[in-house]
Amino acid sequence: MSNFWHWTVITVVVLHLVAYLWLLFSTAKIKTEKQDDNTTGHVWDEDLTELDHPMPRWWLWLFVITIIFAGIYLYLYPGLGNYKGSKEWTSINRFEANYAAVSDARDKSFAGFINKPIDALIQDDQAMMIGQRIFANHCAQCHASDAQGNVGFPNLTDDDWNWGGEHSDIVTSITNGRMGVMPAFAPALGEDGTKQVAAYVRSMSGIEHDATLAAEGEAKFGMFCAACHGVDGKGQHLFGAPNLTDDIWLYGSDAIIETALYEGLSGNMPSQQGILDENRIKLVAAYVYSLSNK
Amino acid sequence: MSKHEKIEKNIGLLGVLVAIVISFSGIIEIVPLMSQASVVEPVEGLEPRNPLELAGQNIYVAEGCYGCHSQQIRPFVDETLRYGHYSLAGESVYDRPHQWGSKRTGPDLARVGGRYSDEWHEIHLIDPRAVVPTSNMPGYPWLADIPVDVEQTVASMKVLKKLGHPYSDEEIANAAASLTDKTQLDALVAYLQDLGTAMPKSYQ
Repeated sequence: MSNFWHWTVITVVVLHLVAYLWLLFSTAKIKTEKQDDNTTGHVWDEDLTELDHPMPRWWLWLFVITIIFAGIYLYLYPGLGNYKGSKEWTSINRFEANYAAVSDARDKSFAGFINKPIDALIQDDQAMMIGQRIFANHCAQCHASDAQGNVGFPNLTDDDWNWGGEHSDIVTSITNGRMGVMPAFAPALGEDGTKQVAAYVRSMSGIEHDATLAAEGEAKFGMFCAACHGVDGKGQHLFGAPNLTDDIWLYGSDAIIETALYEGLSGNMPSQQGILDENRIKLVAAYVYSLSNK
Repeated sequence: MSKHEKIEKNIGLLGVLVAIVISFSGIIEIVPLMSQASVVEPVEGLEPRNPLELAGQNIYVAEGCYGCHSQQIRPFVDETLRYGHYSLAGESVYDRPHQWGSKRTGPDLARVGGRYSDEWHEIHLIDPRAVVPTSNMPGYPWLADIPVDVEQTVASMKVLKKLGHPYSDEEIANAAASLTDKTQLDALVAYLQDLGTAMPKSYQ
């Protein structure tokens, strides 16, 4: 705050307090004529009068007390321009102190189990409870509160992993996020090719399909799809390419297969780095791991 | 006639005097902030919103999102644990009007940028219960069908430039092109993904 405003604020605040005191004492001195019937002597609308009772003394004292309170407050806390107050209180100081206390308590409660091996960690009820809470706050919006996912958002309870299901893989997925991209194959496959490959993909997991089309699609699958999904269609964690031979479908197994082949498909898990610290990522990853490994 | 009877019986004079008394608090509580750097200067790394994000902000306001969502993380431990680093005044210097608010039927959105994928936002805005079964947020399916108002967005940029937002003439000239084929849904998602990203995501 500039010097000008610093002094303006101080002047206005102090003058106000002085003016209140002056108002209080100057009005107290005004003597009114005592009326016989104990009214103020004012008459409105022909017969409306008001009784003249003195204000209760305790109530009058409240005025004085609030002014004294203001003086003490302005000495202790910021209020007068740039003056920081004798306690140098700021909301950020208070926040930082509170945060440090919570942080210490958290570190202490984490210390007991954070370095346990993953197999022991998933048996630790407290660790799993903390993991579940972190999951509810940061993961459930996409993966659902029961972790069973949604269309486009993987089910985390079925032990089927696009990017790897070891604890360390899950930590990596959470920390760095994942960007799954299936390119569009419209130029390579055309409409007929798309139908053939889709039929072959369905045949791999035993879904109802057109056998003739599937036979025609096999070679094309080997040419365009095997690089990521593997020749056997079992997927590769390196590219986040799903296993196509099981009956687990992130986006469904209906016409979406043709759409994905023709137009491409991408899914993005945002990085949680900077949102969650290392220990919390480790705990929530352990919780996710426990859902299919307990 | 006493002095105070004069004031009581003259509503115009009473009004003027009341306005003077009230203006004192405004003068000492609000006016000094207008020259305080921490309030009027952008935080480091803050950019004015690009055309698509700006269009999104206008849709955010038009749809009344502020009725249920605040954009202000207060410096309390519980809020920073849930939402991230507390908000600073310097983060909102390019928001006209700012969307701080105090009503939280839904969560605070001050740092929602980057927390969810674009795909999640699209599904969620069209039908919130498709991804969050217990949500009581209404769906906004029409956003996907309405194109962004290019003219209004360019006009917004011109006005904001006059108010001091550092848009270059080139940015304004290229704005219309960058909004081609964009729907209101694209714009709103772009805006949400930009919220709070100039600062660290969490307080640690």
